[in-house]
Amino acid sequence: MAGGDNGASAAGEGRFVQAVPREAERVRFTIDGKSAEAQAGDSLLAAILVQRPVLRRHEFDGGERAGFCLMGACQDCWVWSEAGERLRACTTPVAAGMAIVTEPPAERFAHGRAHG
Amino acid sequence: MAELMAEVVIVGAGPAGIRAAGILAAQGLRPILVDEGRQAGGQGYRRPSPGLALDMDTLMGTEAGKYKALHADFAALLNRIDYRPRTLVWGIEDRRLHCVRDGRQTTIAFDALIVATGAMDRIAPLPGWILPGVFTLGGAQAVLKDQGCLVGRRVAFLGASPLLSLAALQYRKLGAEVVAVCDTSSFRDKIAALPQLAAVPRTLARGIAYLAALKRARVPLFDGVTPLAIEGEAGVTALRFRDGRGHERRIACDAVALGYGLKPETQLAELAGARFAFDARFRLWLPVTDEDGRAGEGLYLAGDGAAIGGADAAEASGALAALAVLHDLGLRSEHDERPALRRRLARLRRFQQGLARAFRWPVAALARLSDEVAVCRCEHVTAGDIRRAMDADLGPVDVNRVKAITRCGMGRCQGRVCGPALQEIAAAHAGLPVEAVGRLRGQAPLKPVPLGILEEEEA
Ligand SMILES: Cc1cc2nc3c(=O)[nH]c(=O)nc-3n(C[C@H](O)[C@H](O)[C@H](O)COP(=O)(O)OP(=O)(O)OC[C@H]3O[C@@H](n4cnc5c(N)ncnc54)[C@H](O)[C@@H]3O)c2cc1C
Ligand code: FES
Repeated sequence: MAGGDNGASAAGEGRFVQAVPREAERVRFTIDGKSAEAQAGDSLLAAILVQRPVLRRHEFDGGERAGFCLMGACQDCWVWSEAGERLRACTTPVAAGMAIVTEPPAERFAHGRAHG
Repeated sequence: MAELMAEVVIVGAGPAGIRAAGILAAQGLRPILVDEGRQAGGQGYRRPSPGLALDMDTLMGTEAGKYKALHADFAALLNRIDYRPRTLVWGIEDRRLHCVRDGRQTTIAFDALIVATGAMDRIAPLPGWILPGVFTLGGAQAVLKDQGCLVGRRVAFLGASPLLSLAALQYRKLGAEVVAVCDTSSFRDKIAALPQLAAVPRTLARGIAYLAALKRARVPLFDGVTPLAIEGEAGVTALRFRDGRGHERRIACDAVALGYGLKPETQLAELAGARFAFDARFRLWLPVTDEDGRAGEGLYLAGDGAAIGGADAAEASGALAALAVLHDLGLRSEHDERPALRRRLARLRRFQQGLARAFRWPVAALARLSDEVAVCRCEHVTAGDIRRAMDADLGPVDVNRVKAITRCGMGRCQGRVCGPALQEIAAAHAGLPVEAVGRLRGQAPLKPVPLGILEEEEA
């Protein structure tokens, strides 16, 4: 167990803890191009935060965000599909083959990293 | 039998909406029950997502029976109602709801509308509240029930709500280290509320039992707390506060669950034409209804979305709203259950008023909130931005104008998170009572909808 003043979510560790096992198919997806695994039924937010400490960087203040309300109200957990579709991570189930991008499409274009 | 053709639409498949649907179906109507969620049950009775080995009996404790009964009744109802999950209602016009389901626009016409849209946590910002690892208290419970996930390993619970101790116990049961439960209201507030809380002794006893269980488990409990800051760089590392005796404390943690009671989701009721009045007990603007939930012609409100009351009150008010619909359609039953339901609902809501007194919304702390703290997490508007906008020549006092100038409340959550804090900060800065600075108005779309939907609508 991590702990102490650095918090448990330092360096690469997930923020969420899966406290209860799930009987479900394993699914593979990608987060910003890196391959990741989850289980059918996991929300995108849970699937990402059990392996990462944060979800995305905020467009205005540049701070890191990991969602807030966890019930579809605050819209703090937006991520995007490779095709540019906006996904509310806390209420969207993960699906096999999803390619998740944590930066808004406009910014990807601005950085010249998007392909169509 | 023209009335039987009446289209009754219920928005919200929580305890209120499900009970309303059951009563209408029992009279031979086939109501449409719309909910944004993937599964019925609403917030408090949220079901685990498929395959999760979560033992809801243990998690729900004394409420397990009601949880199971509601879901069993809903399952038995399914072939007698038109249930539409994954359907967000985002607007309303001429007795038609505008919805989006799986990315596509649909409309639903209605003759009578029951709005049972529930509530969300009421949030008071403090330094550090935007750090990753700070979540709403209800959200911390929701992700546990829905996903079997804990929001952290060492979790602090902060705010003023009876759900603080319930959530802390649930987290402990599932393996989290609960490092502190910090209640900003005092023991004196609780004593003052006892006469109202005595309206529902069983629930009062349950609340006391939660605290006793936490004490036995040696979970550090604090009341009369003044929150100072949530600390951390890339995520939460500690909670700093002054305890009830004035000692400053710093407790290491990697997550904070934050909540000051609930606020109703009233935007749809507002678009449907409900009027609002300020309720000083909750310090909230609540829609005006009669005792059965009528809020206008063909408009009925039920559950936490009408007045915060908890799950039992949601069930009772959902039933009452449905009976009001039947009554207004001329479909009266021989045995009138309404008087008994009204008495029950009044008692449950009295209890809730007691809770609002025992667990106080921190008005004074918000008035003092330091200028650099962000109030709006969507648009990053600070308390100082709000005060400066009000100080300008011809600076506004009304919160809707403050919103237009600062963008506080204009972001993607549409003021759901920052609204109550904005109202307190603006009122304190203007030196006016909070009801004098107006009420943040809702507008369509009620939640962000996919690009293209609104254009489609206008075409
Ligand atoms: C996050 C959270 C967690 C909670 N946890 C507990 C708990 O553990 N124990 C407890 O006793 N109480 C809990 N509560 C209190 C809870 O409000 C009540 O217990 C009860 O769920 C209220 O029932 P309801 O039917 O009024 O509304 P809810 O149960 O909140 O149901 C409202 C439903 O309306 C739907 N909805 C809202 N707006 C729209 C729209 N525009 N379009 C489509 N659908 C919409 C929502 O998806 C939701 O399913 C919690 C509340 C919240 C907000
Ligand atoms: S975390 Fe608030 S909408 Fe997803």
